[in-house]
Amino acid sequence: MNSIFNTVGTISLITGIFALLLTIANRTIGNYGKVDITINKDKIYTVDGGDTLLSSLIENKVFIPSACGGKGSCGYCKVKIIEGGGPVLPTELGYLTDSDIKENIRLSCQCKVKENIKIEIPEEFLDVKEYLSSVEFIKDLTPSIKHLKLKLSSDEEINFKPGQYVQLKAPKYKGNNEEVFRAYSIVSSPYDKKHIELAIGYVPEGICTTYVHNFLKVKDKAVFNGPYGDFYYHDNQREMIFVAVGTGMAPIVSILHHLRENNISRKATFYFGARNVEDLFFLDEMKSFEENLYDFKFIPCLSRANEEDGWNGEKGRVTNVLEKYLDNIDNIEAYLCGSPVMIDSVVKILKDKGLPEELIYYDKFE
Amino acid sequence: MEINPIVILFASIFTNNIILTNFLGMCSFIAVSNEIKTSLGLGQAVTFVLTFTTVINYFIYNEVLVRLNLEYLRFIVFIITIAAFVQLVEMIVERYLPSLYYALGIFLPLITVNCAILGVSLFMVIRQYNLIQSVLFGLGSGLGWTLAIVAMAGIRKKLKNANVPKGLEGAGITIIVTGLMSLAFIGFSGIVQIQ
Repeated sequence: MNSIFNTVGTISLITGIFALLLTIANRTIGNYGKVDITINKDKIYTVDGGDTLLSSLIENKVFIPSACGGKGSCGYCKVKIIEGGGPVLPTELGYLTDSDIKENIRLSCQCKVKENIKIEIPEEFLDVKEYLSSVEFIKDLTPSIKHLKLKLSSDEEINFKPGQYVQLKAPKYKGNNEEVFRAYSIVSSPYDKKHIELAIGYVPEGICTTYVHNFLKVKDKAVFNGPYGDFYYHDNQREMIFVAVGTGMAPIVSILHHLRENNISRKATFYFGARNVEDLFFLDEMKSFEENLYDFKFIPCLSRANEEDGWNGEKGRVTNVLEKYLDNIDNIEAYLCGSPVMIDSVVKILKDKGLPEELIYYDKFE
Repeated sequence: MEINPIVILFASIFTNNIILTNFLGMCSFIAVSNEIKTSLGLGQAVTFVLTFTTVINYFIYNEVLVRLNLEYLRFIVFIITIAAFVQLVEMIVERYLPSLYYALGIFLPLITVNCAILGVSLFMVIRQYNLIQSVLFGLGSGLGWTLAIVAMAGIRKKLKNANVPKGLEGAGITIIVTGLMSLAFIGFSGIVQIQ
């Protein structure tokens, strides 16, 4: 009996002393009071000092991309700090380039908020949210591509730039026991803030595409987050060249909606590659864009057109057609979207013709 | 047993290096050894914590646990001591010694559960070291750990330019290199007796 009391007593006493010491220390030494985080000069959040910047931001529903969850091992949560934050920590060095350090870009999961701090983050991070939506319709665009329209819950709106993407959550279903997020570009107009539309191609054994193609039905709930991405419409007076294959058409359609709704007078040509007539979609939309837009031309081309379809449009790979039509690269900019192979070869063609790399925007679907 | 404390100090740095002969403290060794400066910071923190926790644990063990015949509680008591000590030191350093904090303070949470630190306290008991021996054993083990991780960081810096098979990149090649390093160190382990 005695030994039980002895053991429990001793351990409790030792633990108790340490706990007391730590509590006192936390109240006195570890207390930094309230501090302000100022984001992009105008948004001010007051938080309890002493936490890391990343967790203080998440507490206030500002989501900085982070794959490792704040352990300092992925290097994604970079944030530009204008004031406060202290010197660069050794734990960050492995993830910061020399130019990062010069511009005072830091890992927000390592740097602590101990004084008032001013930071700058891309405006779109403030728009990234999780949305609960319901399926308004789901229909076939081609035998392997589904057109999905999602309606946001009544009190929510989404703001995105034409060309950006969202991540759709595939829940657990029969044959799949993990939740995954997969990225899909938004097809619909950025001015319809209550809905988003996606074009989702079937990938054999793809977790999310199987979910969409085989399980998702009208009125089902669907969760997505976003918007993300640095592939989006750039406002200037250059002529626009769009090149896409397959579901790569999605972000281009969103950009075309944007052009139409703002009456933007820019010349635009859209080269779209597919295998055969069956793989073409959104043809009516393209026709109406051709009629309504200032100067827009849709050039579909088929790499394996069947004789019996009577196709009299362009034949061959989209790259060949592009080379055939594109002669003047002065004053153009290019938006490419689709498979990495197509994008790499188009980028090469455009660069060979003398188009500077910074005027080529692309989104590789992998 | 009467071993010269200075011998223990050097033995724990070279011939009985805690990481290369006992494989203790591997996780932070592998995770942090990609940058020499960072490794040095972590090494300093480990050395500091090792030295002090060994002393504290020495007193708690001999003055409390041995007197009450509760030696078998040493595992849990040592762990509590180490965790509390590390946290306390971190708070103090963070608040009052900012420059020291930026050099090594941020590593402190990483080493709360470093097995090398618990290992040294337990070896101290098993090998029946006295106070002076324990202090130098703690200090030496810390320096040895630092030596190993800094050497590793240097090797990994060179490895960045090497043609490492894809499957072995990162932790894989690090573990293999650690094995080779430890072969070299173990070669000297018979030179001195430390227990």
